[in-house]
Amino acid sequence: MAKRIVIPFGPQHPVLPEPIHLDLVLEDEKVVDALLSIGYVHRGLEKLVEKREFPEYVYVIERTCGICSYIHGLSYCQAIEEIMKIEIPERALFLRTMGSEYSRMHSHLLSMGCLADGMGFENLFMNLFKVRERIVDRMEASFGGRIIQGTCKVGGVRKDIDEESLGSIVTEMESIEKELKEITDVLIKDDSVKHRLRGVGMLSKEDAYELGAVGPTARGSGVKIDLRMRGYAAYDRIKFEPVLGTGGDCHSRTAVRVRELFQSADIIKQCAKKIPDGPIEVKYTGNPKGEYFSRVEQPRGEAIHYAKGNGSRFLQRFRIRTPTFANVPPLIHMLKGCDLADVPLIIISIDPCISCVER
Amino acid sequence: MMAHMKKSPWVIHYDGSSCNGCDIEVLASLAPHYDIERFGIIHTGNPKHADILLITGSINEQNIEVVKNIYSQMPKPRAVVAIGICALSGGVFRECYNVQGGVDKVLPVDVHVPGCAARPESIIDGIVKATAILEEKKKKMSEEKAKKEVE
Repeated sequence: MAKRIVIPFGPQHPVLPEPIHLDLVLEDEKVVDALLSIGYVHRGLEKLVEKREFPEYVYVIERTCGICSYIHGLSYCQAIEEIMKIEIPERALFLRTMGSEYSRMHSHLLSMGCLADGMGFENLFMNLFKVRERIVDRMEASFGGRIIQGTCKVGGVRKDIDEESLGSIVTEMESIEKELKEITDVLIKDDSVKHRLRGVGMLSKEDAYELGAVGPTARGSGVKIDLRMRGYAAYDRIKFEPVLGTGGDCHSRTAVRVRELFQSADIIKQCAKKIPDGPIEVKYTGNPKGEYFSRVEQPRGEAIHYAKGNGSRFLQRFRIRTPTFANVPPLIHMLKGCDLADVPLIIISIDPCISCVER
Repeated sequence: MMAHMKKSPWVIHYDGSSCNGCDIEVLASLAPHYDIERFGIIHTGNPKHADILLITGSINEQNIEVVKNIYSQMPKPRAVVAIGICALSGGVFRECYNVQGGVDKVLPVDVHVPGCAARPESIIDGIVKATAILEEKKKKMSEEKAKKEVE
């Protein structure tokens, strides 16, 4: 038997924008086991619910994670609205859907950019970030901020989009799609990328299901789960199908993300055409009493927000289960048996969001 | 503005306990739209190659040693830029049980960049200010060295 050695990976590592620590047990160049330790980004924001009033807590929940902040806000508001039985105007639901999809696009581009950077493909990283900048600019103009939007609130949304901007969103999205097509073709078809990603980090359909993978990690292995199909916000009025991959490797997961980019672009265009006129928020009175599980699809997969109110201005209990938390067991499974040089790529391929995991 | 720059300072980035918002803005400032490389600034993953440490997020029980460790490995002269309101005071999370406060509790911070999330423009501004501080520190170091040699 080869001699076993343990290599520490992280918390500070060139490919990781966020701190995560892995102890990799190696036999020669092969990883035989991986032990994960987290806690570098833990803040304890679930406890903060006792100190912030429930309408104010949206600001905290949006800062769970800077990448999917819009959807975190949406999910929290959805939970409170369900408990308090608030009817949200149609227009607000469509605006929320558009915000979610913009945030999905910028998140996927970020994740693919980091993947390209991890492969050492600087040019691709720069090009992906160039397109991402156009999406972030639009988010700033229409949803109130580059990264943290603060647009969602209990009872609706804060910012409306006028008719003229809706028209320009559609034309702009068409030109973004054209630009994306050129760049993502490299990511899917380029030989060196294929060589680096094919057959790396295998996760079979059965394993993905049993280990509880969510989002593109599960869909890349062919498991058909997409929470948007449940039809929250305005998704029940939009036509789309979950994107599925078959390979179960890093390449398949990346391909799923690429196709989801175009799907999101399509959903945004559909929303811009179908959005009805009307108010964007409703007034409400009273405090939440009761509990609710709000489930939404984030760029990384399913997120669950649990809220429990006791009739006061402060929630009694709040809890989040984030997608990356669910994707950690599949990640450990993928790492076993891989080469040491592939470890960074496999980690990035599940699109980890550590500040989500640790909250 | 850039007259003081004689060398290309390299930066290293560490995420304390930020929400990612400032981290992706640091990444965005490296990308073509904001392009910090035009100042000769390159992002490195190795603390021993770095001149400027960019820290986002606040200090907690777990990462306090990591932050100290990275800083101690950087060669002198070195500068620290704290990015985002969490790195300055703890920001929206200051009342959380695991947040001890701003980065200046453990490291001497040279430049504070405000914002939640800090905008790429202000991050670039902060780094450029840090390069001036770096030059000053270098000058001081060589003066001290010359003094010692005379003695």
